[in-house]
Amino acid sequence: MSMNMSNSIIARKRSNQLVYWMVCLFSFLAMIPLFLILWDVVSKGYKNFNLNLLTEVTPSSMDALLANMNGDPIPGGILNGITGSVLIVLLAILFSVPLGLFIGIYLSENRDKNFAKVVSFLTDLLQGMPSIVIGIIAYAWVVKPLGSYSAIAGSVALTIMMLPMIVRSTEETLKMLPRAYKEAGLALGSSYTNVVFRILLPSGFGGIFTGILLAISRVMGETAPLMLTALGASVVNWDVLEPTSAIPLLIWDFYNDPNLVDLVWSSSLLLLIVIFVLNWIAKIVARKWKI
Amino acid sequence: MKDKIFRLLLFFAAFIILLLCAGIIYALVSRSSDAFQEYGILGFIANPEWDPRPATEEYGALSFIIGTIYTAFLALLFCFPFSLAVSLFNGEYFKGKRISSVVRSVVDLLAGIPSIVYGLWGFYAVRPLIIDLGLNAQGFGILLSSVVLAIMIIPYASSLSTEFISMVPNNLKEGAYSLGSTQIEMIRHISLPTASSGIVASYILALGRALGETMAVTMLIGNTDRIPNGLRDTGNTMASVIANQFGEADGIKLSSLIAIGLLLFIITALINLIAKLIMKRVGRA
Repeated sequence: MSMNMSNSIIARKRSNQLVYWMVCLFSFLAMIPLFLILWDVVSKGYKNFNLNLLTEVTPSSMDALLANMNGDPIPGGILNGITGSVLIVLLAILFSVPLGLFIGIYLSENRDKNFAKVVSFLTDLLQGMPSIVIGIIAYAWVVKPLGSYSAIAGSVALTIMMLPMIVRSTEETLKMLPRAYKEAGLALGSSYTNVVFRILLPSGFGGIFTGILLAISRVMGETAPLMLTALGASVVNWDVLEPTSAIPLLIWDFYNDPNLVDLVWSSSLLLLIVIFVLNWIAKIVARKWKI
Repeated sequence: MKDKIFRLLLFFAAFIILLLCAGIIYALVSRSSDAFQEYGILGFIANPEWDPRPATEEYGALSFIIGTIYTAFLALLFCFPFSLAVSLFNGEYFKGKRISSVVRSVVDLLAGIPSIVYGLWGFYAVRPLIIDLGLNAQGFGILLSSVVLAIMIIPYASSLSTEFISMVPNNLKEGAYSLGSTQIEMIRHISLPTASSGIVASYILALGRALGETMAVTMLIGNTDRIPNGLRDTGNTMASVIANQFGEADGIKLSSLIAIGLLLFIITALINLIAKLIMKRVGRA
């Protein structure tokens, strides 16, 4: 296919065409798994996708077995997982968003300082950390000292995952803002604090908010770190010091329990809907509040 | 005064990252020290034996290190033709066209699907295929997990390399065209060599993803604690053995699992560091 392999113009044109179609074909093939996965989840999940899923807690394996034997739909849903996910993720947002914003502001305002470079490097390090390792850390930091698996331990794990994403998106958004914004604010006699909160953050709102939404959607489906921290529970739990379930944890439980396996697809469907809606909102926000 | 406090607050926030990283390393090192003291660092890494029976209890990481490297590199190999095609499609052939943003969004959505859903799909949809092909009676194993892993890392490998391919300066490309080269000749001799460091960096980052991927692999690899003997065999990766056995572990076994976590952390950190260095050299990030 190289120039020296064939001198004939026809052969060269032919190989050009061939590669063109190969690229199209393989790109097309690369998109297929998404549709296969969506089709699998939707076609198998819609049967049990009803109000019960959202309003009732997970049935016991025994009840599910009896229902299966009578040919009834499995009684119960994943309310305990939904409330657990909400609790754990809300706490993680509470921890990671303010901290992430502040670190992002620091990094964009002190680009040339050596300390900022170190922090930036460590942020990259955190971002590349496998989620299971983050689970181990939250286990060592929270589960061991408190002596029990808990929602708060899960939130700590998700916080470590969200933090670098929020720091990066905040830093990069603020770096794109024209210098004149800041200078104009300072020249008008506004204090530095005011410039940051009244000018920089509002101007960068789109990028920052998009980053936060994407971070939330990333941790929404995380399973491995929660297995080591929040563990799971069969009842609705709002106590942050108690073991708590989450939607992905329930998917894992259902996968391992042949009696409950019918619920696995409807829970996955719900999880995918939540994640894609978050992604979609992020996209709209990014387009609407473009800098 | 207010500004001073605010600046100090910003500094403290940044300082927390430092504390976080120190805390992470401290937690991993202190909790894995029992295993390293018992077996020695090299002894632990080089030992393929993972035996939890109380009488002959013995733990080593080698089987899982090999399992991890095996699956991750295979996944990279499988994903390569697809992600390269996607990045040429978006970065060269259809750069800036509407169809390219469609392909990009679809591939990006792949990155949004949680690992556990990939695991389910691999179990119910891909595993039967592997059984039908007669490769393996149960379907579980290295091959199944690498195929699913490959799909999972396509978006990571392709999105960054797209950027590098589309950054190749137009005047270089026009030079090649004006000398009479066809588009593929231009890509081979101009675009790919110019973007090569960046492309390599993006595949290294994708490799880092594959090394640390947990749930999908745990559900598909078969979970046997020995060195996998070829593509068809079952095995375990460092991440999957932790996910599988952490819950019921204590004592020296828990410490050994955390030691595996520490090793995984070091490997992925090194991989990411190499990718970052390459990217820095080509003047990005």
